[in-house]
Amino acid sequence: MSAKIFYAAAGMGGKVRARALVASDGFSARYDLDRIRGIFSRPEHKLAGQSYRGRVLVLDVAKGGVATAWMLYEMSSRDVMPAALVLNCVNPIMVQGAALADFSMISGFDVDITQAIPNGAEVEVDPAAERPFVRIV
Amino acid sequence: MRLTDEEAAMRAGECGPLRRWAIEHQIKVGDYLGAADFVPVGQAHIMADTESLGVAGVEWLERWAALPDGERRVRIPATTDPRGTDFAQAHRLKQQPWMLDLERRAIAAFEALGVLMTDTCINYQTIMPPVRGEHMAYGDTGVVIYANSVCGARSNFEGGPSALSAALTGRTPRYGYHLDAHRQATFVVELSFTPRELNDWGALGGVVGRLAGDYWQVPALIGLDRVPSGDEMKHFGAALASFGSVALFHMAGITPEAIRLDDVVPAGTALPTHEIGERDVRALQARYARDIGAVDVVVFSAPQLSLLEMQALAALLDGRQASIPLFAVTSPQVKPDCDRAGITRRIEAAGGTVLSGMCFYQSYARELAEANGWSRLATNSAKLVNILGGYGYRPVLLSMAECVAAACAGGRLGT
Repeated sequence: MSAKIFYAAAGMGGKVRARALVASDGFSARYDLDRIRGIFSRPEHKLAGQSYRGRVLVLDVAKGGVATAWMLYEMSSRDVMPAALVLNCVNPIMVQGAALADFSMISGFDVDITQAIPNGAEVEVDPAAERPFVRIV
Repeated sequence: MRLTDEEAAMRAGECGPLRRWAIEHQIKVGDYLGAADFVPVGQAHIMADTESLGVAGVEWLERWAALPDGERRVRIPATTDPRGTDFAQAHRLKQQPWMLDLERRAIAAFEALGVLMTDTCINYQTIMPPVRGEHMAYGDTGVVIYANSVCGARSNFEGGPSALSAALTGRTPRYGYHLDAHRQATFVVELSFTPRELNDWGALGGVVGRLAGDYWQVPALIGLDRVPSGDEMKHFGAALASFGSVALFHMAGITPEAIRLDDVVPAGTALPTHEIGERDVRALQARYARDIGAVDVVVFSAPQLSLLEMQALAALLDGRQASIPLFAVTSPQVKPDCDRAGITRRIEAAGGTVLSGMCFYQSYARELAEANGWSRLATNSAKLVNILGGYGYRPVLLSMAECVAAACAGGRLGT
């Protein structure tokens, strides 16, 4: 079991369980998403064309500008939203956006989390645990 | 986070529900990012175009704007980033009435909160440049990186909700670039090429941004053969922030915190060093759709153009005629000067359109593309080409002169 649980440096939001959508790439709601259709739209993104709705996104770093701070809330209002974000490295914008939207997010691992979690795996994310974690179930 | 009595009172709701929400939001963010306490800030700059806000975000603002006057007004000067439209020119963009209605509602809400509708992403050129050491709560990554790097001010990226929170509480969590420890360089870039054109400065920012990789990296550049102008710094910084999510850079002997490289390199530390030359800059430009033969639209935006950029554009257009749409986007502060100086008239006589108070990518870019049949777009902004791919465009990064030539040749490139 211990090999399949990964502790994060920080977390925010509630516990969720869903299938992981994993890539060694960044994340920005403005730069990377067609938020109406709920897909990755940036052609160069490794998840281009794939739906993120209801998935736990496991990605490398928070990228891009400040718009994501509003966009997570707007996406949440329409329920065209990932279930959670699991990132190796955040920027303040992703934290601010998650705080406004009451969105589940954890970040900061001892391993490259995009290599540790297989794409499509069922995972549980618990940002509110004493040590926030993502676990393959 | 440690709270003062005043902060604890805000948290307890003694200053009303909006300030209670604001400081709770800031504490959540500060706790996540390791802030020990708050730092007072002099200004807040709020990014809040309605494409980002959506209906839900505007309704959220309107709920707070309905509070009694004493409970809803900001405590420090708070300004806004570009809006999603120029109401006077929206018809030329084929923007829909619902977009304009949403913009009007957002503006009314911000005005009720006491926010100054400056609608600009070049406030450091046109409103009030920050002073070295001054703590700010700035949104718009281009604003933050210029303020931090060129002015020596101190701000993190503050998204709209956090910048608004700072405006309401007068402070922001003290983490990241408010702290001396985070303002040291983390890698060195040794340049063998000093760009000349603004698009090359932007492309250089893109190359360095890709090397950086994340928000917490601080590049220090050496090897420039001259001091860049404010507009060159603007394009470099905006692209660096866009490609790399970077909030601070140093240029040895140029920017205020790096009189010498040693000033920003931790003592006894051998930082990773990367060599960058003209070939790297050209390679980044070549990644964009240089293989297309023509473009549908030419856009100068992101960041908004300064008065000097507008003047240069007018000079390139004098005596010529654009035969495809050409948009020049500037700030509401620069536009009246362009009108007085005849710059607007010269651009529009050549078939261009001057837009004020908006930014192209913050103005429903996907819907604009669909309504106008635009796909292939030429610009001299590296930041814009980095963003627009996700909106369905095929952008090309060219010099201002090459963009004008394309606009005057029916969109054909290389004429």
